[in-house]
Amino acid sequence: MAILPGAGLLKGMKVTLKTLFTRPVTVNYPKVKEIPVPRARGVIALDQDACTVCMLCARSCPDWCIYIEGHKEEKQPDKPGGRVRVRATLDRFDIDYALCMYCGICVEVCPFDALFWTPEYEYSEGAMGDLMHDMDRLQDWLATVPEPPAVES
Amino acid sequence: MVIDHDQVRHLSEVAVSVELETPEMTLNIGPQHPSTHGVLRLVATVDGERVFDVKPVIGYMHRGYEKLAEVRTYPQITALINRIDWVSGYANEIPFIVAAERLMEIEVPERAQYIRLILTEMARIASHLVFNASYPLELGAATPLFFALRERERVLDLIEGVTGGRFHPNFNRIGGVKPNAGGGPTQRKVSQDLPKGFFEETRAAMERVLSVCDELEDLVAGNEIILARTKGIGVLPVEVGAAYGVSGPNLRASGVPFDLRRIESYLPYDRFDFDVVTAQNGDCWDRWWVRLEEIRQAARIVIQAIDGIPSGPLQAKVPRVIKVPQGEVYVRAENPKGEMGYHLISEGGQGPYRLKIRSASYSNISILPHILEGVLVPDIIAIMGSLDFVLGDVDR
Amino acid sequence: MTLLENFWVLVALKALVIAAVVPLTALVLGYAELKISAHMQSRIGPYFAGGRWGWAQLIADGLKFFQKEDIIPDRADKAVFKMAPALVLMSTVALFVVIPFSPSLRVRDLDLGIFYVLAISSVSTIGVLMAGWSSGNKYSLMGGLRAAGQLIAYELPLVLAVVGAVIQAGTMSLNGIVEAQAAWGIPFVIPQFLGFVIFLIAVLAELTRIPFDMPIAESELVMGYVTEYSGFRFLFFFLAEYANMFAMSAIAATVFLGGYWAPGLSDAQLQYLGPIILVAKVFLLVFLFIWFRWTFPRLREDQLQSFAWKWLVPLSVLNIIATGIFKVVF
Repeated sequence: MAILPGAGLLKGMKVTLKTLFTRPVTVNYPKVKEIPVPRARGVIALDQDACTVCMLCARSCPDWCIYIEGHKEEKQPDKPGGRVRVRATLDRFDIDYALCMYCGICVEVCPFDALFWTPEYEYSEGAMGDLMHDMDRLQDWLATVPEPPAVES
Repeated sequence: MVIDHDQVRHLSEVAVSVELETPEMTLNIGPQHPSTHGVLRLVATVDGERVFDVKPVIGYMHRGYEKLAEVRTYPQITALINRIDWVSGYANEIPFIVAAERLMEIEVPERAQYIRLILTEMARIASHLVFNASYPLELGAATPLFFALRERERVLDLIEGVTGGRFHPNFNRIGGVKPNAGGGPTQRKVSQDLPKGFFEETRAAMERVLSVCDELEDLVAGNEIILARTKGIGVLPVEVGAAYGVSGPNLRASGVPFDLRRIESYLPYDRFDFDVVTAQNGDCWDRWWVRLEEIRQAARIVIQAIDGIPSGPLQAKVPRVIKVPQGEVYVRAENPKGEMGYHLISEGGQGPYRLKIRSASYSNISILPHILEGVLVPDIIAIMGSLDFVLGDVDR
Repeated sequence: MTLLENFWVLVALKALVIAAVVPLTALVLGYAELKISAHMQSRIGPYFAGGRWGWAQLIADGLKFFQKEDIIPDRADKAVFKMAPALVLMSTVALFVVIPFSPSLRVRDLDLGIFYVLAISSVSTIGVLMAGWSSGNKYSLMGGLRAAGQLIAYELPLVLAVVGAVIQAGTMSLNGIVEAQAAWGIPFVIPQFLGFVIFLIAVLAELTRIPFDMPIAESELVMGYVTEYSGFRFLFFFLAEYANMFAMSAIAATVFLGGYWAPGLSDAQLQYLGPIILVAKVFLLVFLFIWFRWTFPRLREDQLQSFAWKWLVPLSVLNIIATGIFKVVF
């Protein structure tokens, strides 16, 4: 195979030398940011208005990191003679991202489209307890939900 | 003083004949050691650099997945088993999902099967790239690692583009692939089909993968030092390998053309043209080389699959709450590390009664005490690395 | 003027200069290694420290080491453990004494310059052996013993490779060797190519760099003899490694590449340009070392030994014989 002793070594040195003069592929993170794909599972956003406190997400979560509390509220009819409606309202919707394993089952089972994935990833914290996102923080993520990508068919 | 010549002769003879005795030393390699791929611990008895006896100690990463599976529902288990062999997370899902589908007697749509196959082969490429790159690192060459990870990132980006996860895709559902999920604040749930531009990007990525294979070959394959370190080291005879249940590329490197993609029908591999790569000697070098060739074969399969992918639904009709009928099934698949199988026993509930996971790495490292006897300390690292195991796959 | 002629003032001045030069070379070479290795691996490498291109990365690293706790393992042989890094650094500093940067810029021109270099450079291995032995760690011990084995195997080719050049120059003084090359008009690397290659390989082994870095072998021995060191003692090893690389490259450049001499320059010009020429040659060699390190894997200890004894020693003896015949005949 090798004609000269060390020919293989020289071949390897050629590769590294070639790479020395090509552009690096890494980027310097805080200055340059790579844009994640739209489907990336970064953080879960909550649409509070759509949520009906059905608890399906909390029950299907494999590591039980969703905490939901709610109460029933009676809504008086707009017109006299109408029915009194009962509506469930969220008191608490917390996701503990220290526990979450980013499987996305909650987003999938939600029958009312209240949960969405967004590709945002910059929410690391100094203390583990701060990774518990309450419902207002989850609502804030909603603005970052991207348009779904077009699909091949 | 009178010199007793006999005494002197006697002493000199004794001094020559008595060998300098060196006590054996116990060398603890791991659980924290850069070359044990996580938390494997080897208790080696060494004399200088020569190894007499090696005892692998496992279990530092036991997460109890078999027990967890008994108290989880089927969709939840899919998310868990991604984490068994995290280097090729997608490939882990397939045998489990297929096992459940066999019990439920569901016919999976063609398109879903093709997507599964493409992503499985991509996971194989990613896994083998990690091996082919980190193996030279164990022998001291750092650069191949970065070359291969550079291209693996493209493959992982593609997997992420489809599934949303780089390492833990959790994309398979019983009856097909993930049908739809949250589509954004303005829309209802949308289909999770392949995103637009996937085919072109895949072709480009496969080309890059093939070119990095050539680069790795230039950097590693011809390198005299690598050859000196790996040729004839850690030879695994076929009988021993078969007796210990070694599978996958490790067994193929010993010359057995045993490939479950050809034997089993968990995915439509019979429609594609690919070679089962085998080597003759079964040493470290052959194990490296077999995996490099398998990357090329996997790229070939991916290209064929994206050319021939049919259109159609992604999901078969399945009930909303999945209950698997009573029964017992064992499904095995050719994972990057070797044979991975799930023995699923169902009693008709939402979760399995028992799920036995047969992981490839566990059987593959069971030959360590046999294969490491009498080698040198640097060869421990060389042989251990060449078996390509992941501790999550060993301990589960 | 009188102050400069005072022997003690001069000694103090020279010591100060050397003490400044050694960390400086280590910083520059360490930075070069970080940057070149990064680009060889399609990375960028240090970027933020110091503003542009991360030039202050290693200064920051050094400061970090000073802040760290100086951990001495419980089972360590404390006195030896503390002494080892100093000894290693000392032997490196002592190497700088004889390197001629220009016809007159040097600390001391010894008659047995090259002999002194080879002797002093092996002192660092004693430091390494001490470090490995005293750490009370099996990996460190194996690393130290490997280093000792390596030294014995490679000191011989190192000496024998230089002998060819010494025969040709007719002197062991480093200045004398440079002057001999200047008088001859071509550097010794051309007639002594075999010697040069053997010298480089032996230097690589002496510096414990890949492909001969078994004593520190990160993936096997977890950095070998430096495993237990932290803080400024680790910094000592780090400084010694890179300063040693500079010093050995400078010796190789002096003996084989003409040192501070370059063709077509007068003596007066060499006074000023000499250091630049020497440093340029050193950087050429250092780049080669870095290039090797980031391309090659490492050999096994027994393969290294057999390579040294079966190939390098016989080849260098052949080289000496050939040089001797050449010298006698012509």
